Amino acid sequence: MLRFLARRAVWSAALALVATCLGYLVASAALDPLARFRGRNPPVPDSTVQSVLDAAGTNPQTPILARLLAWLSGLAQGSLGTSVRGGEVGAEIATRVTTSVQLLLVGALLGVGIGVAVGVAGAVRQHRWFDRVTTQGSFVVLATPPFVVAVLLMLAATRFNDAVGRPVIRFTGPYTVGHEGWWAQTMDRASHLLLPTLALAIVLAASFSRYQRAMTLDVLSTDLVRGARARGHTRRSALLRHGVRVALIPMSTYAVYTVGMVLTGAMVIELTFSWHGMGEYLLTAVRDGDVNAAAGTVAFTAVLVLALGLVADLVHAWLDPRVRL
Amino acid sequence: MTGRVRGRTGADDVDLRRPSARVVRRVVRDPQAWVGGVVLLLVVVWALVGPWLRPWDTTYADVTAFGVPPSPEHWFGTNDIGQDLYQQVLVGLRKSLMIGLVAGPLATLVAAVVGAVAGLVGGWVDRLLLAGVDLMLVIPSLFLLILLSPVLTRGGWPTLAVGIALLSWMVVARVVRAQTRTLRERGFVRAARFSGASTWRVVRRHVWPNLASLLVIDATVAVGAAVLAEATLSYFGLGVQVPDVSLGTLLASGSPSVATRPWLFVFPAAVLVVTVTAVSLLGSALRDGLDPGGPDA
Repeated sequence: MLRFLARRAVWSAALALVATCLGYLVASAALDPLARFRGRNPPVPDSTVQSVLDAAGTNPQTPILARLLAWLSGLAQGSLGTSVRGGEVGAEIATRVTTSVQLLLVGALLGVGIGVAVGVAGAVRQHRWFDRVTTQGSFVVLATPPFVVAVLLMLAATRFNDAVGRPVIRFTGPYTVGHEGWWAQTMDRASHLLLPTLALAIVLAASFSRYQRAMTLDVLSTDLVRGARARGHTRRSALLRHGVRVALIPMSTYAVYTVGMVLTGAMVIELTFSWHGMGEYLLTAVRDGDVNAAAGTVAFTAVLVLALGLVADLVHAWLDPRVRL
Repeated sequence: MTGRVRGRTGADDVDLRRPSARVVRRVVRDPQAWVGGVVLLLVVVWALVGPWLRPWDTTYADVTAFGVPPSPEHWFGTNDIGQDLYQQVLVGLRKSLMIGLVAGPLATLVAAVVGAVAGLVGGWVDRLLLAGVDLMLVIPSLFLLILLSPVLTRGGWPTLAVGIALLSWMVVARVVRAQTRTLRERGFVRAARFSGASTWRVVRRHVWPNLASLLVIDATVAVGAAVLAEATLSYFGLGVQVPDVSLGTLLASGSPSVATRPWLFVFPAAVLVVTVTAVSLLGSALRDGLDPGGPDA
C-alpha cells in the first residue's frame, strides 16, 4: 500500500514538473509580450520595452531555455514571477483561489453526490421511469455547454426577481458592496453563491450520473450482490456495501481526467458569473500576453490536478483491497 | 461491418458475423437511435437548405426592424443591427457542424493510431506514449485551448478545429490501448505478427477492423464534444473570430441582452442543444447495441 502510494507520488511529482515546464514553453510560444506596447501613442521607446521585458524575464530576445531556467530558479525560491499588471503572480493566484474554492467546493460536492446517487438509483431500477427520465435529462444537460446553463439560470432568476418585485437572487460577482454587519454580508454572499453553485452542481451531476449508472450496471450483472444477499445481507446493505463500493472503483482510475473536468466546468461557470477567480486570471493573462501569469496558472492547475489525483488514489486503495497489496 | 470484412481478419472471428448482425438489429430497434438519427438528419438538411426557405440574406440588414422579437417576417427575430437571426443561426450552425465534423473524426484518428500502436508494440514505446497521454491529461484541455487561442485563431476555423482535435483524444487512446492489448494475444494477430507483417499493417488490417464499432461510436461522440468546445471558446471570444459566425459567437453576442431580448440567446442555444443531444443519443444507441450484456432484440 505504502509502496503503491509512494510510486504514485513520485510519478505525479515528475509529471507535475514536466507539465509545468511545458506549460511555460507553450505560454512563451503562444503569447506575445510585445503586443501591449504596439500601437501606443506616443510610441514606447525600445529601451523601455526591453528593460520592462527583461525585468519580467519575458524578453523574446533572450533564448527560450535561458528564460525557462530563470523562471524555474524563481519557482524553486517560491516565486512565480511578476505580472504585467504589477504584483506577484503567486500572491494574485492565492487571492483568486480563495474566490474559486468558495464556488468549487460546495458545487462540486453537491454535483458529485447527486450524480452518484442518481446513477445508482437509475441502475437499480433500470428501464423504469426514474431511470428513463434521468437518463434523457442527463443527455440534454450534457449537450448544453455549462455557460448556457449559467445564462439560462440568470434569465430565470431575473424573471423571478421581476415577479417578486425586488432582487432576491443576485448573481453578478461574489458579493454586493455596501452591506453592513455580519448577517447581512453572509446572506448577501449566500445569495450570490446560489446560482453558480446550482449551475456547477447540475452540470457535474449530469455527467457523474452517467458514469455511475454504467458502472453500477456492470457490478449488478456480476454475482457480487447476489452473493451478499445469499449471505443474509438486506437488499439495501448488499447494494451499498457490495454494489456501490465496487462500482466506485473504476471512477478513480480516471481521477485525473475527472478532476480536470470539474475544474473546467467550474472555470467556465465562474467566468460566466463574472467572479474574479482563476478562470478570469487565465483569460486576462492570455489577452494581455502575460507569460508569467499564464504559466503560473497552468503550473498551479497541474499541481492541483495531480494532488487531487493522489487523493483519489488514496480513496481507491481504501475502496479496493487489491490495491493495498 | 459486413461479414466479408470480418471473415478476412482470421479464424477467431468466424462467429462475429452473427453478433454484428445482432448489433445492427438492436440499433435499428432502439428508439434512441431513431430519435437521434432523424433529428440529426433534419438538422443537417436544415443547415444545407434552410437559407432558401426564407427571403433574407445573411448580410442584409432590415433597417425597419432593429432588435424585433420573433415574427412572421423574421422567424427568430432580428439583432440590434437588423440582421435576420434565422439566417445568422443557419450560418453559425454550418460553421459549428464543420468544426465538429473535422475535429471529431480527427481526434478519434489520433486516438486510434496512438492507442493501437502503444497496445500492439508494448515495451518502451507503450510506456512513452502512455506517459505522453498522462502528461496531456494533467492540464485540462480547455486551459490549453485558451492558452493556445492566440495561435489557433490566427488560421481561422480550420486551425481551431485541428487544435480542438489534438487536445481531446487522450482518454479514448487509453481505451483503444487496453482493447488492443487483449487483441494482441489473439491467434490472428499473433499469426500476422509472426509471419512478418509490419506494425502498421497489423494495426490497419487487424486491430482497427476489430475496434471499428468502438471507433465509430467515439467519432460520433467526439463530434458533439468538439461542437461544445468550439461554442465555449467562442463564447469567451477565443474561438471563431469576426467576420466568421458560429453558434458560439452568436451565444456570445446574445448573452448580454438575454434579459431584454432573450431570442438572441435562446434560439442559437436551442439549436446547439438539439444538435448535440441528437448526436449523443445516436452514440448512446450504438453503444447499447454493441454491449453484449444489453437486452437482446
